[in-house]
Amino acid sequence: MNGSALTQAPPIADSAERIALEATWTRGTGFLGWLTSTDHKEIGLRFIKTSFVFFALAGLLAAMMRWQLAFPENNFLGPDLYNQFFSTHGTAMMFLFAVPVMEGMGLYLVPLMVGTRNVSFPRLMNFGYYMFLFAGILLFGGLIANIGPDMGWFSYVPLAGPEYTPGKRADLWSQMISMVEIASLVGAVEIITTVFKQRAPGMSLNRIPLFVWAQVVTSFMVLFAMPVVMIASSMLTMDRLLNVNTHFFNQAEGGDALLWQHLFWFFAHPEVYIIFLPATGFISTIIPTFSRRPAYGSSAMVLSLIATAFIGFGVWVHHMFATPLPNIGQGMFTASSLLITIPTGMQIFCWLATLWGGRLDLKSPLFFALGFVAVFLIGGLTGVMLASVSIDLQVHDTFFVVAHLHYVLIGGSVFPLLGAVCYWFPKWAGRMPNEFAAKLSFWILFIGFNLTFFPMHQLGLKGMPRRIYTYLPESGWSSLNLLATIGAGILGLGLVIFFGNLWWSKKYGALAGPNPWRAGTLEWSTESPPPAFNFQNPPSVESQYPLWHDLPDTPVITGLGTEEREVLVTALMDATPDHRYSIPGESIWPFLLAVAASALLAGIILHPIAFPIGCVLCFIALFGWFWQGSSPHRPIKGTVAISTSPAVTT
Amino acid sequence: VSARPRQNAWILFLLLSGCHGPQSALDPAGPQAGRIRELLDLNFWICLAIYLLVFLSLVLPILFRRATVLDAKEGRVISPEVKSERTVSAIVIGALVLTAAILFCLIIVDFLTGRSLASLATQNGTNVLSIKITGQQWWWKVEYQDLTPSKSVTTANEIHVPLGTPVKFELHAQDVIHSFWIPNLHGKKDLIPGYVTTTYLQADKPGTYYGQCAEFCGYQHAHMRFVVTAEPKEQFNNWLEAQRKSAVEPDTDSEKRGLQVFLSSTCVMCHSIQGTPARATVGPDLTHLASRPMIAAASRPNARGHLAGWILDAQHIKPGAHMPRQNFSPEELQSLLDYLQHLK
Repeated sequence: MNGSALTQAPPIADSAERIALEATWTRGTGFLGWLTSTDHKEIGLRFIKTSFVFFALAGLLAAMMRWQLAFPENNFLGPDLYNQFFSTHGTAMMFLFAVPVMEGMGLYLVPLMVGTRNVSFPRLMNFGYYMFLFAGILLFGGLIANIGPDMGWFSYVPLAGPEYTPGKRADLWSQMISMVEIASLVGAVEIITTVFKQRAPGMSLNRIPLFVWAQVVTSFMVLFAMPVVMIASSMLTMDRLLNVNTHFFNQAEGGDALLWQHLFWFFAHPEVYIIFLPATGFISTIIPTFSRRPAYGSSAMVLSLIATAFIGFGVWVHHMFATPLPNIGQGMFTASSLLITIPTGMQIFCWLATLWGGRLDLKSPLFFALGFVAVFLIGGLTGVMLASVSIDLQVHDTFFVVAHLHYVLIGGSVFPLLGAVCYWFPKWAGRMPNEFAAKLSFWILFIGFNLTFFPMHQLGLKGMPRRIYTYLPESGWSSLNLLATIGAGILGLGLVIFFGNLWWSKKYGALAGPNPWRAGTLEWSTESPPPAFNFQNPPSVESQYPLWHDLPDTPVITGLGTEEREVLVTALMDATPDHRYSIPGESIWPFLLAVAASALLAGIILHPIAFPIGCVLCFIALFGWFWQGSSPHRPIKGTVAISTSPAVTT
Repeated sequence: VSARPRQNAWILFLLLSGCHGPQSALDPAGPQAGRIRELLDLNFWICLAIYLLVFLSLVLPILFRRATVLDAKEGRVISPEVKSERTVSAIVIGALVLTAAILFCLIIVDFLTGRSLASLATQNGTNVLSIKITGQQWWWKVEYQDLTPSKSVTTANEIHVPLGTPVKFELHAQDVIHSFWIPNLHGKKDLIPGYVTTTYLQADKPGTYYGQCAEFCGYQHAHMRFVVTAEPKEQFNNWLEAQRKSAVEPDTDSEKRGLQVFLSSTCVMCHSIQGTPARATVGPDLTHLASRPMIAAASRPNARGHLAGWILDAQHIKPGAHMPRQNFSPEELQSLLDYLQHLK
């Protein structure tokens, strides 16, 4: 049973083996089992669903802001609520929706796409989910308790400092950031380790699916960007705390208000790419499937991703062109901001080349992918304008930028995301989404989106600044604002139809089968929805699109233990088999650590004493976690080397 | 000559009516905003051309590269031919080179625009009119400084500039970060505590323009506006001369009572009226209040009714503003209004 070898035998429906695998991999039942789940599919979906809940809440705030701005001098929301709403909207959309939903897609899909049974550190993933959940509860709970942040998602000092935002609103924001970024970092570690060490034999770097590449590159960006904002927001907390009183950003005591902006944007511009790159991964998956051909310029696209990641860290000053900076410095950042257009342009050209060289099967996910190009490109081109110092001085902090960023983030990320949800929904649910309803929702979303955000370009040029809760009737901004509000209603209707369709299809949709789109990547080789162990016999691959190009008798892995949760570990570059590894199972300690760490970080809002107490609690939880070890799933000592197995490399 | 069709093109493209008005980057009234507008137009046409090209190459395959029903049913996968892929590669590389070339041109043009924007600072040398602006929550203190202290002028939310000459603005922030922006004249410059920033602009077209704070600065960010009057040099000098004078003495009995109301109420804790004992500098200087077109940081016209509403309940008009509610009897209020409206 434990003999490790790769044979050329096709997967046999060995019911005894399947039953044993099911017994080993299925989590415990009941509430405790749900709480402690370490299944990447379950946690990934939980990330996705929770993110969409926060998306809906933040969208509701946006709808109320749009209603407030629909008429001049409107009294629907006062300045206090409006400021809390726009700050919470931005914070939630960036930190609680866009980043975690992409992380959830990665956690669900990456192990399936690289042909393994779980992520490398599933308990850590469980811990990350609860950190994210608690951060979201803290932010929206704070809003309900009237301590929602009201100094913008960017929290510029001195406005967010102790003098001008007394009370707990800014503390809540800065501590919530630390909590949610822990979740992002943990997710990044999961994805990098899983892709580096658990790929199917034969999946050398050039055969890694493009979506997986996008996730890996994004994860590295997360590793470098998120700590910066955690440090900056912790410095802000320390500046604000009564008994700590540091003066990092306090000009009067030798600090610097501009330091915050540099730290924040050094994180926040890469953040845009952290949201955008996974979306390009969706597009690079959807377009080839529905063009019925491999992606054109696969290596060029991977190199574009990596180039974007590097340049993305060197453009942050274009958010600060109106601050006192030397002209030469500004010129450098204009150049770097324009430079980043080249890799993004490369990706767009490659997608277009794929479309031209294919035979298009116009299914709903492709609608969203094509709509993405049409919409995102407008955001990209206004981005080119914003990179110019002179133009930026006029449109900076106006509704022109509001339009630009929504074209980039909704056009560049939400459209691909909705396409991806349509595309992989059959895998999650085992049933097909309704094509007609999906296409209908696309058109309504497309029209509603453009009606909402396109007029904002002109509003900005006509002098309307961002973040104002009202405006005078004689300013001449009324009709365009009303138009945008009507558009927002249509946009909301489109989203209701989209998610209503999924809700209906989950119950009544046509059965999907393993590969309804006849796609080429590994996640489609297993059942829909996949069993707890993903693959009864994990595959090996010989091409980038194994379901299209590999022969039916391509070797599969047999002989992984069924008593423990064993996966095959492969080499970084060529994915040659290296050893077997037993993945740890459920444990309550990650949840308890998340509770302790959240108590620490959220408790500081009330009093610094929470820090030492929280540290002790975290230590206890960590002690419990490590004391438990991986028992009962101990890693196998002295694993059998199977890298030399001739069956792998044929 | 070419400005008009360009403007029409914007409108045509945006499918929206367009009288841009006194707070618009699309209606430049000076060389700074004019140069930026030209750069914006150039960028707009280039971006529009690129967009149409890409959009076309996105839509054409939808029309001409559809899978046949049979193909779709069987899920056939295409293996691209080496020869056609080579043609595609040439096109993709060509497009990439073109992109890089366009970007390079845009960098050059942006650099040149930046230089010509900066050139205004070097004209007229040290002889340039300098105005000190202090941004605070949520109004603008405006000071025309002079070497002779008695010739200095302090006003609020109102700037007058002479036509055809560069003006230097020295920008200070009292509390949080604000941003100084007159869309018809120039782009923004931030006011940051601990820094002194400068910006230069020039108005060539006479008129009244509006400026507004562009950096989120808290509760009443929406109502932190100011009025700019661009007028011929002579008129400007007259205005400045008038502003240099102390407040006019009250004439009528009611006005005299109004002054007494002002001096005996909490008004004097924050406001000053030159020539009277009121000398506080927390709020706007009211010496020539009646000469200003607007009140409450340019969010209400300077009319008797609005002024009365503002004095009695500023919190209703600008919730969170630092001006507290006042309790005056109707007689006191009428006298106070008489006096304030007398302060030309």
